[in-house]
Amino acid sequence: MDKKRREVLKAGGGMTLLMLLAAAGWLRPGDVRAADWNKAAFDTKTMDETMKALGGGTPVPSNDIAFFSTPDIAENGAVVPIGITSKVPKTESIAILVEKNPNMLAATFDIPAGTEPSLSTRIKMGQTSNVYALVKADGKYYVASKEIKVTLGGCGG
Amino acid sequence: MADPMKIRANVVGDSTEVKVLMNHEMETGQRKDAQGKIIPGWFIQNVKVTHNDKVVLDAQWGPAVAKNPFLSFKFKGGAKGEKVRITWTDNRNDTRTDEATIA
Repeated sequence: MDKKRREVLKAGGGMTLLMLLAAAGWLRPGDVRAADWNKAAFDTKTMDETMKALGGGTPVPSNDIAFFSTPDIAENGAVVPIGITSKVPKTESIAILVEKNPNMLAATFDIPAGTEPSLSTRIKMGQTSNVYALVKADGKYYVASKEIKVTLGGCGG
Repeated sequence: MADPMKIRANVVGDSTEVKVLMNHEMETGQRKDAQGKIIPGWFIQNVKVTHNDKVVLDAQWGPAVAKNPFLSFKFKGGAKGEKVRITWTDNRNDTRTDEATIA
């Protein structure tokens, strides 16, 4: 009996302020999300479109961006590990783009000062494709690419 | 409410390494079910990581991030016993926040 009450209290305490605000109707989550998620960029199908949606020009190829723990051949396109490190000074953000996915942009990461411009994650790839690491540093865009061969696509069928 | 994240935060030199595994379908919106109907997209759009109320990583994701997303990165500072807090929000406005103690 007592234990159950504790659980209820705990669950209630776990609600974030944002959720409480949303529940109270003070803050419509849809509005917040629209501002925080760049729908235009995630809908793009080419590098040019993506750069336009991100508000940048043509990215400059850079040898200071490197892939790590990233396979040359991915057996399963549903789970492809990608690691990216940027040595470009003042790196502000890192984005992952997959040329032949239905939408090119997979993810963007804003890197505040104090956070290392290096991260790893896992993405989906529909087929063999170039993967781009797009780095924004000091307001300019830089890019590096790597071809990853996919033997089994990640988009189901 | 979605299942909790698995978060590990460890001091490495003068930085803290954060590794997180989230529980999420990350449905692309491209796949079709047995009847040929498109399965609606359902994926995490925003991920925010904070340490002592300071944002250390702010990400936007599309549906091309793999199911049950994994993320690893490092930030400077952080001491044993301090907290790292991670929040995600998906395109259905579901959200989840979990916290881990730096070890």
